[in-house]
Amino acid sequence: MGRIVLENVTKSFGSTEVIPPLNLTIEDGEFAVFVGPSGCGKSTLLRVIAGLEDATSGKVLIDDEDVTEISPSKRGLAMVFQTYALYPHMSVRKNIAFPMRMAGMSEEEQEKRITAAANSLNLTDYLDRKPGQLSGGQRQRVAIGRAIVRDPSAFLFDEPLSNLDAALRVGMRLEITEMHERMKTTMIYVTHDQVEAMTMANKIVVLQAGVIEQVGSPLELYHRPRNKFVAGFIGSPKMNLIEGALAEEHAAHTIGIRPEHLSVSDKEGLWQGTVGVAEHLGSDTFIHIHGIEGCDPMTMRAAGDVSFKHGDRVYLTPDATQIHKFDAQGLRIE
Amino acid sequence: MAIVAQSSKYGDIGRAILAWAVGLLFFFPIFWLVLTSFKTDADAVKPEFLFFFTPTLENYLNMTENYDYWRFATNSVITSVFATVFALAVGIPCAYAMAFKPTRATKDVLMWMLSTKMLPAAAVLYPMTFLTKSLGLFDTHFMVIVVLMLINLPIVIWMLFTYFKEIPKEIIEAGQMDGVNTWGEIREILIPLAWGGIASTALLCFIFCWNEAYWTVRLTTTEAATLSKLIEGNRAPEGLFFGRLSAVSAAAVGPIIVLGWFCQKQLVQGLTFGAVK
Ligand SMILES: Nc1ncnc2c1ncn2[C@@H]1O[C@H](COP(=O)(O)OP(=O)(O)O)[C@@H](O)[C@H]1O
Ligand SMILES: [Mg+2]
Repeated sequence: MGRIVLENVTKSFGSTEVIPPLNLTIEDGEFAVFVGPSGCGKSTLLRVIAGLEDATSGKVLIDDEDVTEISPSKRGLAMVFQTYALYPHMSVRKNIAFPMRMAGMSEEEQEKRITAAANSLNLTDYLDRKPGQLSGGQRQRVAIGRAIVRDPSAFLFDEPLSNLDAALRVGMRLEITEMHERMKTTMIYVTHDQVEAMTMANKIVVLQAGVIEQVGSPLELYHRPRNKFVAGFIGSPKMNLIEGALAEEHAAHTIGIRPEHLSVSDKEGLWQGTVGVAEHLGSDTFIHIHGIEGCDPMTMRAAGDVSFKHGDRVYLTPDATQIHKFDAQGLRIE
Repeated sequence: MAIVAQSSKYGDIGRAILAWAVGLLFFFPIFWLVLTSFKTDADAVKPEFLFFFTPTLENYLNMTENYDYWRFATNSVITSVFATVFALAVGIPCAYAMAFKPTRATKDVLMWMLSTKMLPAAAVLYPMTFLTKSLGLFDTHFMVIVVLMLINLPIVIWMLFTYFKEIPKEIIEAGQMDGVNTWGEIREILIPLAWGGIASTALLCFIFCWNEAYWTVRLTTTEAATLSKLIEGNRAPEGLFFGRLSAVSAAAVGPIIVLGWFCQKQLVQGLTFGAVK
């Protein structure tokens, strides 16, 4: 079990309040992702849940038990750090065995679990090496192995993939997601990368300056962002946010349209502009267009084989059903 | 290019000469001490026997027979070892707390600890003498150990703190997440990781204890007297016994020089800091 509830949790460092009162429930078995720009308090929140930071006020509950005053070692959670934080003086085997040894598990059971973890994480050949002799990806696997062997009630990940190169990152992302599908244990995953959030989460928690902007499933956030911040943060490339006359036509302060909900033509359309850059990805082309009032450049996603180039005059047409409207405070208008 | 290479070669030679010169400068007193210890008291003050003389073991034999060298040496070992062990036993948890659970006062506490080293020992001579005598601790091993420990504690804590700072905080936090208590963190993670630093600190502390003279001379008479006291006792109110004094001194500094020699690699590594990662 691993149902985690935060009740009016706040955190201040000295006189700076990093997290204003915050309420959040993460259900047992959920994969929750905290996402937000760097410095918004994601790690701090995770560390409050872990117990590595004391909450300034409020309560942390795990499975309905108040753990606010309980030390991290007794909360039954496992954590994977961005910097891996392996014990450099111990072999991989000893690293993985460490939490089990601390829990007083029998040698036999330890060995069984080490073997199972090493198999599932492809570490069998490295068990007798020291962390210093492993690559970044392997070290992160060891860190994950160390976390899974003790059956925690929840896993906490703090940007575990940001020290890996891009290709490895995608692979590890899949592995962690699949691990969750298999184990069904609660996971809380912190990242600043919205692609990781979208692809991994059941529940995304978007944070800005310590405040929860929206909580929801990836598709909820994609289709119905509660405000301009979430609209701009979720989705890649970013949603185009348009102010001024074009927005007023829709009786809104700002309207948003995602690049994939625009169509392009060289003959006719609603909005006219000129191509700045066309980025060819093969599967898609991202075209950045200048000259449309209220949003410069506007980005649109076209098919992979379109051949627009710099300086071409183009016409864009938004899919009217996919226009998001926001008021002057940036809140969504239905 | 050639010129650069040449000048750096001359630079290397220059540095080597300088290093040797400084080394010899520091070594000379030790050399002279040992040399003099093999002269008779009479020969030791005669200029014609500066380098060429008939060596004798008389001083050394005298020392063990008449002055009970071994008792002083045993006291030195006992007090230095225990003072070092206790200093580490107090210093490790203390430095751990300051390195990994710092508060706003941590920097000030460190400064304050160091500031106790700025107090001239003479300033507390009378209170210390009075205190030890009235507590019945004058000339006891216990008191010498406590005093040696206390005067070295600031340095010990300061050094350990610097080593512990080198250990990434996340490793300790990982330990907490993995279910160890504070004592476990220290025993399973901190000590093995900072082993080099702890060993250098211990070594240095031991050397300081061994060489300490101000308090050991003043707060002991016979029971707990260390080698420093033995040297002091041979400072010859009866006359100029340079040969004898040199032998006693050589026998007092000998063990520590040998220890330092064998541990020099460890010491240099440890004192350059940052050897932890
Ligand atoms: N130990 C600390 N002392 C003071 N300020 C801190 C401390 N840890 C984090 N902060 C501040 O809290 C804010 C949130 O930090 P953090 O939770 O690490 O952000 P994120 O993980 O979202 O990038 C930042 O402004 C950071 O400077
Ligand atoms: Mg962070």
